Amino acid sequence: METPAACPAAKAGDFKSDVKPVWCPGCGDYHVLLALTKAFAALGLRPEQVVVVSGIGCSSRIPAYTNCYGFHGIHGRALPLATGVKVARPDLTVICAGGDGDGFSIGGNHFLHACRRNVDITYLVMDNEVYGMTKGQPSPTTDPTWDSALSPGGTGMSPFHPLVIALASGANFIARAFAGDPNTTAKMLADAIRHPGFSFVQILSPCVTFRPDQKTWKDRVRPAPVLETDDAGRAARRLMTDDGFVCGVLYRGHREPYRHAVRAGAAEHGPDFLEAGFRVGP
Amino acid sequence: MRSGGVGVLTAGHFLLQVAARLGLFGLLTRSVGPQIRGGESAALLRLSGTPVSCMDDHFDLLLAIDWNNAERFAAEIPLRSDSMIITGVGDTSIPVSLLAAHPRVLELPIAGIAAEVPGGRENMVALGILSAVLALPAAAVQAVIEVSLADKGADTVTAGIAAVERGRELAQQTGLDLQVRCDTARNAARWLLTGNEAAGMGALRGGVRFAAAYPITPATEILEWLAPNLQKLGATLVQAEDELASINMCIGASFAGVPALTATSGPGFSLMLEGLGLAVAAEVPLVVIDVMRGGPSTGIPTKSEQTDLNAAVYGVHGEAPHLVLAPTSITDALFTTQWAVHLAESMQTPAIVLSDQMLGQTTAIITPPANVQFLAERMVMRSPQAGYARYAVTADGVSPVTLPGTPGGQYTADGLEHNPRGTPSSRGEDHALQLDKRLHKITSFNYGVHWADVEGDGPLAVITWGSTTGAVREAVRRLRDGGHAVRMIAIRLLSPPQVEQLAAALAGVNCAVIVEQSHSGQFHRFLRAHYDLPPEVHVIARPGPLVLRPGELVERIGNWSQ
Repeated sequence: METPAACPAAKAGDFKSDVKPVWCPGCGDYHVLLALTKAFAALGLRPEQVVVVSGIGCSSRIPAYTNCYGFHGIHGRALPLATGVKVARPDLTVICAGGDGDGFSIGGNHFLHACRRNVDITYLVMDNEVYGMTKGQPSPTTDPTWDSALSPGGTGMSPFHPLVIALASGANFIARAFAGDPNTTAKMLADAIRHPGFSFVQILSPCVTFRPDQKTWKDRVRPAPVLETDDAGRAARRLMTDDGFVCGVLYRGHREPYRHAVRAGAAEHGPDFLEAGFRVGP
Repeated sequence: MRSGGVGVLTAGHFLLQVAARLGLFGLLTRSVGPQIRGGESAALLRLSGTPVSCMDDHFDLLLAIDWNNAERFAAEIPLRSDSMIITGVGDTSIPVSLLAAHPRVLELPIAGIAAEVPGGRENMVALGILSAVLALPAAAVQAVIEVSLADKGADTVTAGIAAVERGRELAQQTGLDLQVRCDTARNAARWLLTGNEAAGMGALRGGVRFAAAYPITPATEILEWLAPNLQKLGATLVQAEDELASINMCIGASFAGVPALTATSGPGFSLMLEGLGLAVAAEVPLVVIDVMRGGPSTGIPTKSEQTDLNAAVYGVHGEAPHLVLAPTSITDALFTTQWAVHLAESMQTPAIVLSDQMLGQTTAIITPPANVQFLAERMVMRSPQAGYARYAVTADGVSPVTLPGTPGGQYTADGLEHNPRGTPSSRGEDHALQLDKRLHKITSFNYGVHWADVEGDGPLAVITWGSTTGAVREAVRRLRDGGHAVRMIAIRLLSPPQVEQLAAALAGVNCAVIVEQSHSGQFHRFLRAHYDLPPEVHVIARPGPLVLRPGELVERIGNWSQ
């Protein structure tokens, strides 16, 4: 896909569409959208070079709010969709976005295998520890004692630890950001997009409607007190012992990304030569 | 037939290869037990001087290396009084049901002969016996062994050839003559392939350059054929974590502009239904091959059945018009899959190809199929103007699509209902507009003559689909040879229904016989729902795994065509 040679550099605003978000006033996802568009601009991308893929949920509405190519798919299936886009078209910048329910519950299996597969995409999860679109049910990252109509008295289930799971499954870049700090988040997203292989960014994105208690998150988040590491063992210890509010690039690996077929090397011929495998006789 | 390994299947495949080299035609189906490795297995072959579309009514010859668990196959191996069973000397464990028709039984020292040849194996002795009985030239057998066992080393080749030679001598010493000969060989090119491989080739010919899939019996061979061959074309097959992932990966690749395909069987197909709905709503072309097996649930993974028809046509929630096709033969698995890619891409909608275990896993010798000109041709908008609307309503319902990378063509594909711009909408008028458009594009398309195979004429029509077409085709040929005026209609395009075409094909018909491999008559009910049928209708419906044989169809249909 050719890009016009004399295109002026795109600004953050060029990556936003005119579609009005369905999000509640004060939702952290507005800041994530802002951070993402800033990251695209900082990377010198053009809107048509980017595909934003999502599943279902409040945060999964984000593709249409960008001016990029987008795909708002089915609940839990954003990562396979994004994988298909990137493997078929390695020239595109592919962002996969969604929430904690979409990514870690119904899409949990895809999360594991996307980390393992290490396709060069960036997965950002706007984690608010609640299902917002269905109006307030516990998600995999919700505290086990959080009371709700669907799970009275709490789920009693140990919260999912997405960063530890990502590390154990082979993700190549693991970071945590806070939606309330869009400039830092934008830098982290740009870093994640630039890094080869599967990059995972958990963005703490408060739900002001169903989790008003999350208004205190801004006082709890803090930058990682230590330098980033490429040592998985060290990263595992840190991730296992932090309180979930330490932000920054928490692991940066060096795995080779998923091998794409070498299109450039393969002649653009048809498949007729394969008939030889069936042919018998003269 | 034997237990304990793949030896008998190897011998069967060698025999088929010999026949192909000689320009004969033939089919090989395999019947295997549930064991992962070893266990009982049978290679069932039919060889002929003319093309064959199905297994015959009986087998002329049954050679068993041993009889362990053979009773599990007995019902799949009908014998007659003039059939011959060849068994080891003193082996009295032949299942009673196989002896019911009083076939002749010949004891030959297969194991003893094999033991006399250094490195000799019983299956190669058996191959020698069979090749002699069938009057297949020794040189052709030797050539197949040399090619096929080359990678096992010179000793294996030598041992194989020696064992075959001893087997031939043994057969010749007994003066065995079944009057079953394949001596009409001609010097003509043949293809030797399974229906699964034919479908894979059809996909590539149609333009598929991305696949994602999860292994499942009996579809895995499509994937294992595609994976290395896609690589040769510079493309990729991704082994997905499950079928939910594989279909969504295909949707992603196709959205990005690369024609995509996945293949599965019933259990995986059930998981793909949500993805199919997304592909319909977002208007993303892709092809799903469902190699059907006995169901429901895990069912009978290694046996054929035509029972995913309802799921394929009606399984997606909401109103989701899409294409459902079925190949009518192994050769046609190539054409139908290629056509499916062309149709899906042309109409920007998913196409389901309903193959089945019998079509997929049978190996056939066929006449090399013509290279037809159906290619993926998506209506792509390369220079979108301001205000481009991805889901614009057009005369034929197909909206030009931009591909990622195209400046000014950005849009968001969505499983949410949307307006022509692609913006989510819950308004009744937007829903009605898009429902109309998605239905119209597939009902107004000109499918040409390929919607069905229509053969013959007469007041009785046999209507069938998929793999049962093979038996129906032979039955109708026999009936016509016997003076019955019978026509066959094998429907290739199941959905959308081709009402006018079937009406025309049924002109002058007063009796229809519907043949299918199901318990509940899904195909009959499907036809009733969409078509006007003649006043007299008979249904021959039987679930798997027992195949419908041409002789029983001749008998039953013959009664109705008096």
